[in-house]
Amino acid sequence: MSSVAFIVIAILTLAAALAAATLPKLIHAALCFALSFVGVAAFYFLLGAEFVGLVQIFVYVGAVAVLIVFTILLTRHDVEKDHGFNWSGVAVTLAVFAGLIWAVLKSGNLAPTAAPVAPLTVKQIGELLMTDYVWPLQCVGVLLTAALIGALVLVLEEKR
Amino acid sequence: MRGFIDQIFVNAKQQILSLVAGAPDWLGQIVSSLLNITALLVVFLTLFALASVWERKILARIQNRLGPNRVGPFGLLQPAADGIKMLIKEDIVPARADKVVHFLAPILIAATAVLALGVIPYGRNMTPFAIDGGILFFFAVGSTTEVSVFMAGWGSNNKFSMLGAMRAIAQMVSYELPLIITVLPVVMVVGSLTPDAIVAAQGGYSFGVLPHWFVFTPWGAVAFILFFVSGLVESNRTPFDVPEGESEIVAGHMTEYSGFKYATFFLAEYFGMFAVSGMAITLFLGGWHAPLPFLEFVPSYAWFFAKLGVLIFVFIWIRGTLPRIRVDQVMNFAWKFMLPMAFACVIAAALWHYQGRRWAGALWSLGWLVLVYMALTRFLDAGRKFAPRTYRYAE
Repeated sequence: MSSVAFIVIAILTLAAALAAATLPKLIHAALCFALSFVGVAAFYFLLGAEFVGLVQIFVYVGAVAVLIVFTILLTRHDVEKDHGFNWSGVAVTLAVFAGLIWAVLKSGNLAPTAAPVAPLTVKQIGELLMTDYVWPLQCVGVLLTAALIGALVLVLEEKR
Repeated sequence: MRGFIDQIFVNAKQQILSLVAGAPDWLGQIVSSLLNITALLVVFLTLFALASVWERKILARIQNRLGPNRVGPFGLLQPAADGIKMLIKEDIVPARADKVVHFLAPILIAATAVLALGVIPYGRNMTPFAIDGGILFFFAVGSTTEVSVFMAGWGSNNKFSMLGAMRAIAQMVSYELPLIITVLPVVMVVGSLTPDAIVAAQGGYSFGVLPHWFVFTPWGAVAFILFFVSGLVESNRTPFDVPEGESEIVAGHMTEYSGFKYATFFLAEYFGMFAVSGMAITLFLGGWHAPLPFLEFVPSYAWFFAKLGVLIFVFIWIRGTLPRIRVDQVMNFAWKFMLPMAFACVIAAALWHYQGRRWAGALWSLGWLVLVYMALTRFLDAGRKFAPRTYRYAE
């Protein structure tokens, strides 16, 4: 059951990602990108990481995809130019892929008989965030607040 | 007997499931999910039909008219007539529209609206899709509505559609913050993201009459109002229906939709309304709990749907009463009033908790909320000049 689901989700996610990279219209690419985010969220659900999956939908589909789409909206280009094939993209992709492969091969703990880990509940994650990881959490909070205020300041400058 | 009627739907489902008891595990799971989805769709499609005629009736009464009363008894068959009309209408797709995106938008918006309905507890043991982070799931699914609204606006390739979609996304993104932050106090007080646990925490009565619903605490009352207003915005209802303001931009992102596709948007709006009301009931109005102890003989799901009916009535009542708010006013209201008040609710809930969850806590949190409200209303109006509006080009 779960291996069938894995294959179906993998095909959908990869197809969406491929479409996002190749479709000529920017807006179609952005929507396919959002679809591949949903596929990744489905993977998290399949692995029992419910919280991560939900946050994936929340942040990536609900916020990042909307942000991309809104950016396209506000900077609308009606002319669809053919930019030609982008070889630098291929180089970057290959580099990232090679790095990942290297990291996967280097990590020894890939035995298929690894002991199953009990899935973390949302409550446990919350408790960990509020005890062991409270300082990283606070730092992220300060960073995001600074980004928010920065965005407001930029808008105010423009208005004056 | 009481328990039998209360659990009749749960037992019926168990009976059907026992028919496939010998089958492999995955078949049982699929049958169980299909049963849940079928029940959900049947109930809410019926409710959609009823609510649409009910809305027209109430609006007619508010405007001193009679409303639909020709089709069937009291006009109750009006939705059937509307449905047939919608089905046989010509489906017009603009020649320059983005066909695929234009086609997918109504499907996607209806699908996400149905998904959000899945995690709400409709009665004792009656949550169709009981997951650990149910509250999170509800808002995660709700946040994807913006993408479908955008698809509708973009795919139509029409100025009005595009403007409507931009307004819709802007106001939905803005009001998502107060919507989610007003949920925080409830989650904090209960200590769980599971809707069933939140409903269970609101069981019981003080002095035998006052139910332990969160709406009866000061922070709960304020959070409920904020949540409801944000819900009005998220479902694009009057007075926050600027995205489809027909006096300015025809019908917003739905301008280029006709026939059944338009009906699908209408359906999604109603489903969104049901979902937000259902979540408000779960979070603040005690879920399926009875309002008084001696009324507990009424089945739990009856209470849920009674409360849903009341909230839907309030939605319609507001629509019949209030005029549309201007676009900039909507945004200002979200960021300058709703958001600070929502944060104040979080602190008020903390005060309530640390003062012992009783009268002292209620007084402290009430005092804090009044203080914040006074400060906000005082300082937001400071320096604002109220003068007749000057028109530059429209004189």
